[in-house]
Amino acid sequence: MHRLYVVPTLIINVVIILLPAMLTIALAFFRWDGITAPSFVGLQNFRELWADNVFWTALTNNIIWTAIFLTLPIAMGLLAATMLLIARRGSLFFQVIYFLPMIIATAIIARIWQGMIYSPVSGINGLLQRFGLPTYDPLTQPSTALLGIATVDLWHWWGFLCVIFFAALRQVPQEHIEAARIEGANFWQMMRYVLLPAIRPTITLMMIMTVIWSFLVFDFVYILTQGGPAFSSEVLSTMAYRSAFYDLAVGKAAAVAIVISLFGLAATAFYIQAQAREFEE
Amino acid sequence: MSLVESRVTLTLTYIALAILLVITLFPVALLLLNSVKPAAQIVQNPLAWPETFRWDNFTRAWQDARFGQTMWNSIVLTATTIVLVCTTASLTAYVLARRKIRTWKIVTFYLLATTTAPIQLFLFPLYFGFARLGLINNPFAVALIYTAVYSPFAIMLLRTYFLAVPKELEEAALIDGATHWQVFTRVMLPIVSPGILTVALIIGLYSWNEFLIATTFLQRADRMTAVVSFFLLSGQYSSDWGEIMAAALIIVLPVVVLFVFLQRRFIEGMAGGSVKG
Repeated sequence: MHRLYVVPTLIINVVIILLPAMLTIALAFFRWDGITAPSFVGLQNFRELWADNVFWTALTNNIIWTAIFLTLPIAMGLLAATMLLIARRGSLFFQVIYFLPMIIATAIIARIWQGMIYSPVSGINGLLQRFGLPTYDPLTQPSTALLGIATVDLWHWWGFLCVIFFAALRQVPQEHIEAARIEGANFWQMMRYVLLPAIRPTITLMMIMTVIWSFLVFDFVYILTQGGPAFSSEVLSTMAYRSAFYDLAVGKAAAVAIVISLFGLAATAFYIQAQAREFEE
Repeated sequence: MSLVESRVTLTLTYIALAILLVITLFPVALLLLNSVKPAAQIVQNPLAWPETFRWDNFTRAWQDARFGQTMWNSIVLTATTIVLVCTTASLTAYVLARRKIRTWKIVTFYLLATTTAPIQLFLFPLYFGFARLGLINNPFAVALIYTAVYSPFAIMLLRTYFLAVPKELEEAALIDGATHWQVFTRVMLPIVSPGILTVALIIGLYSWNEFLIATTFLQRADRMTAVVSFFLLSGQYSSDWGEIMAAALIIVLPVVVLFVFLQRRFIEGMAGGSVKG
């Protein structure tokens, strides 16, 4: 009887995610324009990717992105969270403000940064240039486009981590903190030997999720630069999207999707392991 | 007992926190400030206080982004998604929390795995499949996609609420002659309703803001969502940034108002769902 309760969830999930995912895996071995009959090409799609410079740029960009997001926002979040712990008074207020960017639509955040900050015409950038400062729009330069996008995502994202780390830090038993203080620990020793070890599971989980999300990043890249200029900020997800819907090379898009998934899969294995442990209680 | 007692440390801490506050609020302030300025003034100085308040930015934004239509589309899509997620996820979460089926471990494992599946892994066959079935530009079909994507998160969150309900309550109801279905609908659901409200808020937020799926599956002008319409409006080259910021504010404002009143629920739900699983 209770078995029926999970049926709606599973049907929706299988139809929308599992079956299409399996089709994607199959499609990676076909050439298909989405309209005519697909033709089997074996590993051709993967071989073409291997020889495709844009693919390597995209993959490198994803790895750079992962490196940035494994360090900067996590460090910022941890630092701000410990400062909230020290400050105590007003911590709720700070927390709510830091969290605010998370609830704003990515499309809107992207346009605010693009038009009001980066733009040399209507943004802060233009204002600085009129003061004679040699600034430029990072999104228009191949060497800085990815960093320009990452900055926007960083602004949008770090507060979420701060809130999560702060919630975890507040769970650290007061006795541990007091004991360390009586032992004469200074702040950094407190961090190193009491606080960080206590919230390590949370940090680990967030790092795993960061790896997974870094290979999924799409919205900000697609809206801010569409992967340009000259594919310099292309990531795997925008490359797959463009292949499928602009070049109508669905087989190639599927092959890229599989590469994304492989990186996700490695992180997912860790994620499920970590979650399953929690699930057992 | 506080972590650090020195006054200097405390002052420095507040200064650092305040700097982060300014960084966070700066782009938001630009949004507010420039939504009431004429385009020419923004070009002069995006930081300056408006010399004249151009309230008609909002009426023009409303017309050009066709918010009368697209807002309604977003509302319908969001509401449908909330209903679908809350009904299907509460059923599943209850069964998984109580381990009422033998395969609960496999189901949980499967759902956890799909939370991390990249959208690109299922997007393309789904799109061309939906195209063949005539389901492109169909808000209900998109609500189903959102449901599939968001319900694992909702299930994991609701599960913790079901776990907190004492087993004795169920047993007592069963002894009193209630059916299993009645136990679920009359006993369990009312108790976990705060959890369902949290899930509804967060799923609502996600669906309202979602971009990739909406822009792919709802392309026709009379079916697109407010966010996609904003995206197209702001992508035109003859951009009037006053109008664009006004359009942005129209989409963001209802979300921020809800957030201000219910921030606890938002934060606990969004943080809890991803951390506690």
